[in-house]
Amino acid sequence: MEFVQQLINGVSLGCIYALIALGYTMVYGIVRLINFAHGDIYMIGAYIGYKVANWMGPHFVPALILAMAGSALAGVTIEKIAYKPLRNAPRIALLTTAIGVSIFLENAVRKFVSPNFLPFPDLITRVPYEIGGVTFSNVQVFVPLVAAALVVILQYVVLKTKPGKAMRAVSFDKDCARLMGIDVDRIITITFAIGSSLAAAAGVLVGVAYPRIDPYMGVMAGLKAFVSAVLGGIGIIPGAALGGLFMGLAEVMAIHFINSAFKDAVAFVILIIVLLVKPSGLLGKYASEKV
Amino acid sequence: MLTGFLRTFVAPAVALAVMYKVVVALFGRNDYYMYVLTLACMNVILATSLNLINGFTGQFSLGHAGFMAVGAYVAGSLTKFAQISFIPALLVGAVAAAMAGVLVGLPTLRLKGDYLAIATLGFGEIIRMLIIASDQIGMKFLEGPRGVMGITKFTSFAWAYLLAAISVWVIANFIWSTHGRACISVREDEVAAEAMGVDTTRYKVMAFSIGAGFAGLAGGLHGHFLQMLHPSSYDFLKSVDYIVMVVVGGMGSLTGSVVAAVFLTVFNEVLRRVMELRMLVYASCLVAIMLTRPQGLLGGKEFSLGIFRFLVPPSKRPSVRSDERGVT
Repeated sequence: MEFVQQLINGVSLGCIYALIALGYTMVYGIVRLINFAHGDIYMIGAYIGYKVANWMGPHFVPALILAMAGSALAGVTIEKIAYKPLRNAPRIALLTTAIGVSIFLENAVRKFVSPNFLPFPDLITRVPYEIGGVTFSNVQVFVPLVAAALVVILQYVVLKTKPGKAMRAVSFDKDCARLMGIDVDRIITITFAIGSSLAAAAGVLVGVAYPRIDPYMGVMAGLKAFVSAVLGGIGIIPGAALGGLFMGLAEVMAIHFINSAFKDAVAFVILIIVLLVKPSGLLGKYASEKV
Repeated sequence: MLTGFLRTFVAPAVALAVMYKVVVALFGRNDYYMYVLTLACMNVILATSLNLINGFTGQFSLGHAGFMAVGAYVAGSLTKFAQISFIPALLVGAVAAAMAGVLVGLPTLRLKGDYLAIATLGFGEIIRMLIIASDQIGMKFLEGPRGVMGITKFTSFAWAYLLAAISVWVIANFIWSTHGRACISVREDEVAAEAMGVDTTRYKVMAFSIGAGFAGLAGGLHGHFLQMLHPSSYDFLKSVDYIVMVVVGGMGSLTGSVVAAVFLTVFNEVLRRVMELRMLVYASCLVAIMLTRPQGLLGGKEFSLGIFRFLVPPSKRPSVRSDERGVT
């Protein structure tokens, strides 16, 4: 029973990691950038959700939609200002810029909103259930459902729509896609918008599930989501979702069955094992180096 | 070698002494300035050692603070619990960090680029988390998340400066040695270097562990400077600080690392006047520097008296050594 209980807790956390990991994996797939600011976009999403809920009352849908829209705008702006001019620069310069943006966002929220933990309003009234000794709340059902719906929508956009097709073409071969008449810059913008809005959705869901937000919440969550993306095979969308779920489960299991001190270490142990055993990730294929 | 020693130690020491006298004459003696300068010296060690790994060997490491933590904890525990004197403790700390570097490097250096970056990030965090969990895995005296208090303050500006100068000198000599050139060849093209008979794994691990060892040395200084050991002093953001110094200074430029380490340390202190806005300004400047000069302020260049070569008539210039001919 204890195990089933933790399974439910783990899935709920894993869905949040999965949503952030999707943004990581999409951006990496297209511009080959570890977007360190992505975790902070997730934080921004949570803060927009918080503000909206304080203005309009505790309704889930407007908070979610406005947070997603606001973060998409933020993500696109960051891409235009900070990443686009560096498209042909060394990768490490791009990475450093991403780190700079991350520090900027954390401290902007710290300065202009609040440096303290904020209690997230109850967007959904908690109703506890108990079935056969396992207790869970409606929130723990709701979070995975919303996440799953978003992943399905994303899969539809990527596989069935024209921008999705262009996105896949750009991630396969950027130069070739340009030759075929695809506006690569526009596709990169769309990718950032979609990835950022998914991170914002994760931010609102984390506010619903664990009602406490702070300006630095994105750092560890971002790192873990990134590990999830690597675990699933970076650049592969179902891989990121799977990796996120696995990460959430592993973390919850480690806390309850080993020791809570290993809460964050578990992510990195998984990362090292994956990188050493199968660097291309669970769903990745082996690519040999071209000389 | 002696002239090299004179150039790297004595000349800057004299220059610094003169500058110090001028500053004291202008502003009076100030403990706060000494504090900032000591901090700058430690950052010089960390930035140059990281540049050896990132800039010269081309292996992107994001876990430098982890090795710093190893050095700090080993050296700090030795002086506090074993009453060993300062310098031997520092050296043992540095050796321990270098050994940790070999342990981390051997498996991870098979990875490339971004994958290596995140693997080293992971190892850096694992080292920190082992320290946090230390009181639960039978190392009670390390106090886990509470940190060890009451480390004697052995680090003075003189020690920090001397060790920084020695570190830069050793790293510079390593880079311009046969081994250093092998490291640079690994950076330029690993496959080609391998084909030319360079044992790439050996050189990558060598550079990685030397870099880690110097990080451990700086960590030991840092622990005896703050007079405490705390796992939060060695987190991911700390590693980021040194990456920033290396990148802003210029990958593959020791001069750049030294200048950037001193500049960013002082800049950070100057920004304390605007308190709340400090990190915002810092981050904006970082992004601005990257946007305008993605190769860093001194990308790949070294400052040396050689730039005054044009003053010497061509006939009196020392002849170019054969192994340097044609090298750009």
